[in-house]
Amino acid sequence: MNRILAIAGTEARIALRNRWVSIAVAMMALFALVLSAAGSTPTGAVGADRLSVTVASLTSLSVYLIPLMALLMSFDAVAGEVERGTLPLLLTYPVSRAEVLVGKLLAHLAILALAVAVGFGIASVAAILQDRAAVAGLPALWRLLWSSVLLGATFLGTGYAISVLARRPSGAAGLAIGFWLVAIVLYDLGLLAAVVADGGGAFTTHVFPLALLANPADAFRLFNLAASQATGAAAGIAGAASSIPVWQSLASILLWPAVTFGIAVLAFRKVTP
Amino acid sequence: MTLTLTLKQLTKTYQGAPALSDVSLSVAAGERVALLGHNGAGKSTMMKIILGLIPHDSGEVVVTGAAPGSAVARRHVAYLPENVAFHPALTGVEQIQSYLRLRGHDPAGATALLDRVGLHAAGKRRIGTYSKGMRQRVGLAQALIGQPRLLVLDEPTSGLDPVSRRDFYALLDGLAAEGASILLSSHALTEVEARTDRILILSRGRMVAQGTLADLRRDAALPVVLQVTPRKGDEAEVAAALPSARRDGAMLVLSCAQDDKLAALARIVALGERVADLEVLPPSLEDIYSHFSHRDGQ
Repeated sequence: MNRILAIAGTEARIALRNRWVSIAVAMMALFALVLSAAGSTPTGAVGADRLSVTVASLTSLSVYLIPLMALLMSFDAVAGEVERGTLPLLLTYPVSRAEVLVGKLLAHLAILALAVAVGFGIASVAAILQDRAAVAGLPALWRLLWSSVLLGATFLGTGYAISVLARRPSGAAGLAIGFWLVAIVLYDLGLLAAVVADGGGAFTTHVFPLALLANPADAFRLFNLAASQATGAAAGIAGAASSIPVWQSLASILLWPAVTFGIAVLAFRKVTP
Repeated sequence: MTLTLTLKQLTKTYQGAPALSDVSLSVAAGERVALLGHNGAGKSTMMKIILGLIPHDSGEVVVTGAAPGSAVARRHVAYLPENVAFHPALTGVEQIQSYLRLRGHDPAGATALLDRVGLHAAGKRRIGTYSKGMRQRVGLAQALIGQPRLLVLDEPTSGLDPVSRRDFYALLDGLAAEGASILLSSHALTEVEARTDRILILSRGRMVAQGTLADLRRDAALPVVLQVTPRKGDEAEVAAALPSARRDGAMLVLSCAQDDKLAALARIVALGERVADLEVLPPSLEDIYSHFSHRDGQ
């Protein structure tokens, strides 16, 4: 445990020096402020408290932003050590490769959690200040917070795996951005196109829900929107949230971090420095 | 005598090309061993196998009584890689603190370790601002953590100036006196002269020589060079007395085997006042090194 904490401490310090902590926190705070300002229009038609509406907006924001931040923080984790030439020495220390990755994960996850907590905190304070009844939305916000951290963990694990496999930071950066584009943007577009083409056939009823659950970002969106009362405020694919049981999306967001991190550790074990 | 490191018939092939063939070696506690060889001779490969960083094809490797790279071995072995690197955003103190924690030691010892390698003043600066020699010292400081039983140092003195180099060897002497085994590599025999107990020469993955400097000198049996400067006017006479000598300016250069050295000297001394000066040049360390590393026709 001490060894993991040693790696985590060093990693956190490096992230602090590289301004990653301030960048992540500032990014989340800024977006939360913008969303709060945009969401201050009357919400009577939806019939939900102001914070629940904010949570719905924050969910859509987090789906894009958190995977991006996680991948940007993690793509350098192994490839950077390889390129700097620091990996061989580290691996001669009495620390296992899994411990090295767990240490890095702890540090990066703490930074993500901090950024998310600050951003969501700002948004919730803004909502409650405008409408005291918004306190009713706090459970939804809490759920969004921890599921965001889990979403971050999934993409941190993906980033480490990419970092191990690419071996070079430049290649890893390209792969990470490409992965983000495919998993977060193109995946949903493709599904939408398929649903439209299918016109309510077998694909829409059988394959589509599974396809949503298979993507950690979509599962995250489903979980938060289905669990909150503000489903009506969300549009597009999120409308499918009502048809998929919450436990399924919850299982998906719980399972993915373990899967991606497991792949990263297995790949890292095969690296010969 | 306890053995810290044993290699038996170690063989390693990289994509069909032999990197190490049939290398055997044992290092006892407190012994300082220098590993010499050209670039690509297999020095770094051998070190990485000892550290468990890369697997070997055949042969036996025992490090501090355990398998290379095992938890036990890693606890007792310290490593200084060639061209050691650290994260540029960390300070020297922070980097050493991190390594101390990884070995389960109190991070408060970082400053003392940096003092020991002569880096106390720069400890609070970021490693990104360090010179190569300073990074090398940070590397050395981390290798000193927790009384390692075996230190594997890959070209530890590259980037160090002559004074630091001497300090470095003094530090190694202290460690060896406390019972640590030291395996260090170098390009040059001149550098490790007198500071190591044993010298190994690797050439294209084969161990071509092993022994003390005196052993190597004897085995190489390279000729001794005698430079004779005749007195003005007596050149012809001296040259006639030393028929095997070659003329080099005003000097006569005589090359003879170790065993014939005294006889040749006696002949020169017999010339008395006709000889103005005499120099005896034993084979240089570079000569001995190239003799061994070129012996197999490289």
